[in-house]
Amino acid sequence: MESTSFIERILRGAALSLIVIFFLFPIFWILLMSFQTNEEILRIPPSLFFTPTLSNYAALITGKLATVSGTLDIAFMKNLWNSVLLSTASVAIALALGVPAAYAFARFKFRLGEDIAFTLLSFRFAPPLLVLLPLSLYFQALGLTDTYVGLIWVYQLIALPLILWIVRGYFEDISPDIEHAYRVAGHSWGRTFLRIAIPLARPGIAAAGLLAFIFCWNNFVFALILASADKQPVTVGALAFVTASGIQYGQIAAAIVLSVTPTLALALYAQRYLVEGLSLGAVKG
Amino acid sequence: MADIALSLTKVDKIYQRRGKPPVHAVKSLDMAVERGEIIALLGSSGCGKTSTLRMIAGFEAVSNGDIVLADRRIDQLPPARRGVAMAFEGYSLYPPLTVRDNIAFALKSARLSAKDVEKRVAEISRLVEIEEILDRYPSSISGGQQQRASLARALVRRADLYLLDEPMGQLEPQLRAVLRGRLKSLLVERRMTSIFVTHDQTEANALADRIAVMEAGVLQQFASQKELRDRPANLFVATFVGEPPMNVFEAAVENGERLRFKVTAGPTFDFASSEIPLPVRQAIGGRERAVVGVRPHAIRLGGGLNEARIVSNQWLGDQSHLAMDVAGKLLVAVSHKPIAAKAGEKIRYDAAAADLHVFDAATEAAVSHGLETA
Repeated sequence: MESTSFIERILRGAALSLIVIFFLFPIFWILLMSFQTNEEILRIPPSLFFTPTLSNYAALITGKLATVSGTLDIAFMKNLWNSVLLSTASVAIALALGVPAAYAFARFKFRLGEDIAFTLLSFRFAPPLLVLLPLSLYFQALGLTDTYVGLIWVYQLIALPLILWIVRGYFEDISPDIEHAYRVAGHSWGRTFLRIAIPLARPGIAAAGLLAFIFCWNNFVFALILASADKQPVTVGALAFVTASGIQYGQIAAAIVLSVTPTLALALYAQRYLVEGLSLGAVKG
Repeated sequence: MADIALSLTKVDKIYQRRGKPPVHAVKSLDMAVERGEIIALLGSSGCGKTSTLRMIAGFEAVSNGDIVLADRRIDQLPPARRGVAMAFEGYSLYPPLTVRDNIAFALKSARLSAKDVEKRVAEISRLVEIEEILDRYPSSISGGQQQRASLARALVRRADLYLLDEPMGQLEPQLRAVLRGRLKSLLVERRMTSIFVTHDQTEANALADRIAVMEAGVLQQFASQKELRDRPANLFVATFVGEPPMNVFEAAVENGERLRFKVTAGPTFDFASSEIPLPVRQAIGGRERAVVGVRPHAIRLGGGLNEARIVSNQWLGDQSHLAMDVAGKLLVAVSHKPIAAKAGEKIRYDAAAADLHVFDAATEAAVSHGLETA
């Protein structure tokens, strides 16, 4: 073991560096592109040296996209806001519904319980296109097409199963006797759920919420079909940069940087929180 | 009239399992516990003792029957309103709270003043010797310490009934003996009605006023330690209670001029009828077969009708355990003096009429204990 460790360390370092470069280089390149004009981006060979410009960000924030054939109005900031609104509301609703449901599935055995849980999970492995056609017909009939409510509803297909299954596992890991001890000390069932079960499952709830948020944020196809430009999130909104006079790579890069920022910030914040939660660790009875 | 704190009447617990036959874990249990009494539920695992405890606490629904505590019917009440305190086998401390807060938790929610809470926590933690770890978190203390913290959390409250599930299972033997004494004096001094589950007979004997022996969901006998030892209600209790267990043999019975029990390829216990009181002879009656039992301490060695080969002879420091090959099984005798005989040698033995327990061969219910009827 001791004799191999030096070589092993070098190899491991090299492998990790390769992986990091492989995955982070595109992001790094996007970041550089966001400060370049389209001409600089399309230059062959590409160069790391350029005069940085904020024009891409300025165009996104002002909503005026200057192209060779004139000025286009774009709704990027509106799209960004839509993403925040849709993802936040969807995850909030999914948590409000999914956490109690996860608790019920973890603690109580009831008729068809497993079947219901499995059906909810199956939403995750059915391809979205499978449900999109019938959904768009329903939505037209119900008047839900192109509404926030409609999109948030559809986003439950993404968020709810994720939260339900992850949080259920956490609840199952908590000894029921911890809750029993609290109940026998004079507390109601509801209070026990709020004061004991939820705090103990908090790392799981945070992880599930974060994942659900990212999945909702990254969703493309539901919003593409079920909403118009006014209600669409950034993932769909970025299509506006494919214009008649060419693809606006600079703005796309800037849009990506801006749209990644909230999820990245959230992930970094929650990561710290997750590690803290998991190192407490003593969920076992 | 006795002051009854807790009574269970015809209590059943049936677990319905999906796609499998239901399990009848507790069968028609009747039990009355007096105020201030300490009860042990003794039995092997799966005998229904923990189910019984959980039904009293309210974590398992009662399938049939009713439970009355302090003159209130409690079997339909939520656990919070039953007035019981419980220490769990798995400790079940709240991980995010320190040991101190774990113990003080129920007191705080019962709206005691901070001073009272502090006083009571200090008092109980001194009793179970966890004063040094009060400010630590459950994940950073040992299993034994967690168990004591869990015990303290239950005992610190004022409740009509204390339920303790294997309260000392994880403790080292020396500490266990010390704590047992302190726990007993606390329970007695405060007249705390309590039921504890254990599979350890020593613990049951040391702590309990009465012991409820359970097996296969049925309460076999509910009596004092002495009664269980001297007058076991049936063959199960006879062989379960006592260390080493009672020696039992099925025997042919002759109940005439002499009362004679003849074990096939084994001993004969032979008595003049005049030695045996009439009611006992009448109870044994005309049955042809019965199960006879003799406690290891009551085997008389070195004389008598019967002879057997010694399989092992162990001196345990204060008593000898002698195992003999009798009728295809081991007969164990205990003597408080060292025995010179070695393994392989033969030894004579017998039992007195006063030490012979007789059980019905079919029902396994006790017929007589020595010179008394069952």
